[in-house]
Amino acid sequence: MSASTSHDTLASGTHAHPNPDAHGDGHDHGTRRTYLIGFALSVILTAIPFWLVMADVIADTMIATLVIMAFGVVQIFVHMVYFLHMNTKSEGGWTMMAAIFTIIVIVIALSGSLWVMFHLNTNMMPGHIMNPADLI
Amino acid sequence: MTNEFWSFIFGRLTWDVLPIHEPILVVTFIVVVLGGLAVVGALTYFKLWSYLWKEWFTSVDHKKIGIMYMVLGLVMLLRGFADALMMRLQQAIAFNGYEGYLNAHHYDQLFSVHGVIMIFFVAMPLITGFMNYVVPLQIGARDVSFPFLNNFSFWMTAGGAVLVMMSLFIGEFAQTGWLAFPPLSGIEHSPASGVDYYIWALQVAGVGTTLSGVNLIATIIKMRAPGMSLMKMPVFTWTSLCTNVLIVASFPILTAVLTLLALDRYVGTNFFTADFGGSPMMYINLIWIWGHPEVYILILPCFGIFSEVASTFSGKRLFGYTSMVYATVVITVLSYLVWLHHFFTMGSGASVNSFFGITTMIISIPTGAKIFNWLFTMYKGRIRFELPMMWLIAFMLTFTIGGMTGVLLAVPPADFVLHNSLFLVAHFHNVIIGGVLFGIFAGINYWWPKAFGYKLNTYWGKISFWLWNVGFWLAFGPLYVLGLMGVTRRLRTFDDPSLQIWFIIAGIGALVIAAGIAAMLVQFGVSIFGKNKEWDTTGDPWNGRTLEWATSSPPPQYNFAFTPIIHDNDAWADMKARHAQRPTKDFMEIHMPRNTGTGVVLAGLSVVLGFALIWYMWWLAILSFVALIGAAIIHTFNYDRDYYIPVEAIADVENERTRLLSGAR
Repeated sequence: MSASTSHDTLASGTHAHPNPDAHGDGHDHGTRRTYLIGFALSVILTAIPFWLVMADVIADTMIATLVIMAFGVVQIFVHMVYFLHMNTKSEGGWTMMAAIFTIIVIVIALSGSLWVMFHLNTNMMPGHIMNPADLI
Repeated sequence: MTNEFWSFIFGRLTWDVLPIHEPILVVTFIVVVLGGLAVVGALTYFKLWSYLWKEWFTSVDHKKIGIMYMVLGLVMLLRGFADALMMRLQQAIAFNGYEGYLNAHHYDQLFSVHGVIMIFFVAMPLITGFMNYVVPLQIGARDVSFPFLNNFSFWMTAGGAVLVMMSLFIGEFAQTGWLAFPPLSGIEHSPASGVDYYIWALQVAGVGTTLSGVNLIATIIKMRAPGMSLMKMPVFTWTSLCTNVLIVASFPILTAVLTLLALDRYVGTNFFTADFGGSPMMYINLIWIWGHPEVYILILPCFGIFSEVASTFSGKRLFGYTSMVYATVVITVLSYLVWLHHFFTMGSGASVNSFFGITTMIISIPTGAKIFNWLFTMYKGRIRFELPMMWLIAFMLTFTIGGMTGVLLAVPPADFVLHNSLFLVAHFHNVIIGGVLFGIFAGINYWWPKAFGYKLNTYWGKISFWLWNVGFWLAFGPLYVLGLMGVTRRLRTFDDPSLQIWFIIAGIGALVIAAGIAAMLVQFGVSIFGKNKEWDTTGDPWNGRTLEWATSSPPPQYNFAFTPIIHDNDAWADMKARHAQRPTKDFMEIHMPRNTGTGVVLAGLSVVLGFALIWYMWWLAILSFVALIGAAIIHTFNYDRDYYIPVEAIADVENERTRLLSGAR
């Protein structure tokens, strides 16, 4: 028989259907320790923004908003690593690849939208623009 | 009974919303009812209901679901094209003070529904159908990763189409254009049911599209036959992978934007209103972040089809496989960096516009590389001018011109002159018909023998081909001219009589295309019912190169009795070159997923939910939503999901194939 088919490597039907008992291979399911670390980090990262707002720590609202959003971003990464068990190895690197692609798309969409909308804001207020060079 | 009672039961649905004062719609309705009765009667007479239900509607077989997607897309093509013909007729006659035969209310719905149907319910189902049918075969898998989810996805797409079709006779469709920009699509300016039909039809269909994207990504990544590394995947599978990545990354944006628009309309939020801090421009920005990847979602699989066709019918390996893959991946990422070119004129400054203008021009580089790859594949090949190859050549000629007008529009100053004109309309029809639709026709002619076991009729196929090509240029050439003269899109009547001749030519072009569609239907009819079928007993009618041609035509439900092992990216050509023998004994039983009607039930409940939301029947909305969740939960308790095909059954099928093969050779 030619090498084009072989009985040994035949995954006879094991992948053509949802098998209730099967678990994907290559998952990292985490340990109690990593869950606790994740939980602690989440609590800390949630408590700090609350404290910042309630105690009026930062006077400038803009800066306060940015700081809180930065904590939010860190929080997202904590969830991805400790609760979604994402690392560079699971699923042969595909989860990492998917995460990187997602981050690229989100960064493009968010930063692009902000850039576009702020630009519209400055350019569509007649009277603001004294010098055409400011348009750029 | 009091009025409150009835309005509680039926919401805002009253007798007044039925379009009985529109003779065109009344006649259409009568024809549809008579046609529907005839179909239902015929199905009942020939006792086909149980066959359809058991073998097709509840099927989780990726091949049958793929074919159902294709049928949906072709049926909706007829509807969408009927709308196009009506618009062409209106624009050809509404001159010199004559109002034409369509009132503004009807005409505005026509151009909106034409766009929505052609993109969401023609192009999307057709490419999803191909990906469903072909990808598992090309990677040597038995089905997709999640067969039930696949069935559910199809029915959600069909459910969205049902909602759009309902709007024809119950209430109205949006009069806002195919992307429903606010503030026009806001509740203040569009208080009737039209925009709500738009929102819920797309939300229901969007669930199906997104889940099908997840499903196919998982299939391609996890279920490739042993030996098929990423760089050994057929190009169609590569383009499918990139398309589905785009679907999964961009459709959630559409869902979110439409949800915000729905909130504006239903609960009085102000995301996209013109006052109270809302910004209609944010809607335009967000929907095009979905909208631009969407056009690449449509075209990438067609690039894949053309790659398969080019190498098969030139009888040689695809030129520049690696560059083809990288071009596809580059297009995938770049498609997220160009969305602003859809609204250069909205008021961003020069730096924003030039950034997006340049990225748009850059994206034509990988696309151009692909064109050269196909040309070099043909170079010194033994070209067979079968129908798929003819569509490939027509595509390269047509699409290149469409691409060049696109690069022209990517220059912001040119866009300031040409935006919103018929030039733009001609451009995107040039790339969508010349690219997506021609690709789909190439694919239909190429894979039909695989799906049904016999070739399509060449005579009628060639007639359809020439009618489509001539009709296309007759219909859209004049629109380029008119656009350059400054005629804007979506107009219902015209004042300048010198323009009329161009619209008459465009109308004649549309009629030629109609003849092309008719010839295609005749081609299908002659091929299906005709006596002299070109049977394909080998499973490999075109001397193909990829794995789908290694199995019989049509393939058995399990696709491959033994999972093949891959050594080369033209896996089947490689096997033929090495004279690999098909195994004819030692079969093992095959584990398969079982059919289920849950997909039909869930999608049906979603349609009811959408209908209730459109007409403000809150009790029905709550009821159908609870039923939807309930049915989904009940399905999780269904443990009877799989079965084994016994060895004897497999041996019977495979022995029959052995007999056919020995007879054919």
